[in-house]
Amino acid sequence: MKINQKEIILEIDHLEKQYEERKILNQVSLQVKKGEVIVILGPSGCGKSTLLRCVNGLEEIQGGLVSFNGWNVHDNKNKIYEVRQKIGMVFQSYELFPHLTILQNVMLGPTKVQHRNKEEVKKEAIQLLERVGLSEKVNAYPRQLSGGQRQRVAIVRALCMKPEIMLLDEITAALDPEMVREVLDVVLELAKQGITMVIVTHEMAFAKAIADRIVFMDEGVILEETTPEQFFSNPSTDRARRFLSGFSYEKVKEEEKVAI
Amino acid sequence: MWQSAIDVLFQGRNAIRLLEGLWVTIRIALISIALSILLGMLFGFLMKSERRLVRFLCKIYLEFIRIMPQLVLLFLVYFGLARTLQLNLSGESASILVFTLWGTAEMGDLFRGALESIPKHQYESGMALGFTNRQLYVQVILPQTIRRLLPQAMNLVTRMIKTTSLVVLIGVVEVVKVGQQIIEATRLTTPGTALVVYSVIFFLYFMICYPITRIAKRLEQSVEGGS
Repeated sequence: MKINQKEIILEIDHLEKQYEERKILNQVSLQVKKGEVIVILGPSGCGKSTLLRCVNGLEEIQGGLVSFNGWNVHDNKNKIYEVRQKIGMVFQSYELFPHLTILQNVMLGPTKVQHRNKEEVKKEAIQLLERVGLSEKVNAYPRQLSGGQRQRVAIVRALCMKPEIMLLDEITAALDPEMVREVLDVVLELAKQGITMVIVTHEMAFAKAIADRIVFMDEGVILEETTPEQFFSNPSTDRARRFLSGFSYEKVKEEEKVAI
Repeated sequence: MWQSAIDVLFQGRNAIRLLEGLWVTIRIALISIALSILLGMLFGFLMKSERRLVRFLCKIYLEFIRIMPQLVLLFLVYFGLARTLQLNLSGESASILVFTLWGTAEMGDLFRGALESIPKHQYESGMALGFTNRQLYVQVILPQTIRRLLPQAMNLVTRMIKTTSLVVLIGVVEVVKVGQQIIEATRLTTPGTALVVYSVIFFLYFMICYPITRIAKRLEQSVEGGS
């Protein structure tokens, strides 16, 4: 286990992503070790979601390298689906497959893509759904679930593929505030089990609690890469300081006094 | 007078002849619809081709078929092809050809529309699970597309069934034509026949199309509930 923890499973090297003239990602380099939880923070439009999408080949890149377990993700384009089986991804818009029940949603990948034994997958899927508190919804359809429940299913759907890394792309951004917690609790649980994750989020308290490393990005560049303690108490760049101050509020009454 | 008009229906083989005529109608409709569904799916994909030329040609085909009245198309194929290409199609084959050309265009457009209404995230969720392109379509995209397509497709099917009544005009003896023949034969003896026979024909069409519209309605509701 000790050796494994040092093993780098994802390496992003001088990644360049351009959209027409605009540079979305500029020379981004990042290494993720097995068992590590990395949280990417930054203002909207800074390229953090694009970075995640590049990792499993949903976006084409213009330069650099994404290497997952030694596979060049963008080189073997035709076999990209094999790499993706090892990379679980959950999106902001909780897109379950509406024509399938919850159980079928979770089982589809393992049975159709990985051709695993149906009974075995079913047992595992039900177990996972139980763990996220959805055992009663096994035969329901996505439309009968709340946003938070759907997002938990989406996480289970990705997990059931036994991925080596999970990419979570602002998974709570589209949820009502009271549902955020139930989803993040699931993710915290995954972190405890030692699942490698790269997380893009706007939930600062959550980021602080879960991250082994915080990566702060702005305008397509990684500005800081440090421990959460360091980042939240004493960020080294002005940009990060300004970003963090945007999450705290001054008292309105006191401000009025100043204004007068 | 009405009694004798109704009696006409059961004289000789009249009732059976009407049903035989109905079978011709159904046969033309069913074959055309089946072909239209298959070819329409292909056409729908073609309409989304990455090549501009292919998309352009598809557009022209669709517009051409839409602008032409079905009757003109029937004449064009039945008389036009026979004269110019010495291609002697039977009335029924010509009808099936025309209805397939029409159905393919319309079905293809419906298919394209349904395909485009599937959100991008459905594709991405599937891809992220490691589906190949083929698996993605078979497992995720097509089942949803077909669901969305069904109500309108059913609608098209009833339109096609009703429009088969035009094939009388290129000499195909289907249910309306048989009705006319029965009316003609008894025109002088029982003048009330026309109303009775046409009512029966109305009823026959109703019996075929009504269940289809009911199914379409139900599907529409279930699809709305599903999204």
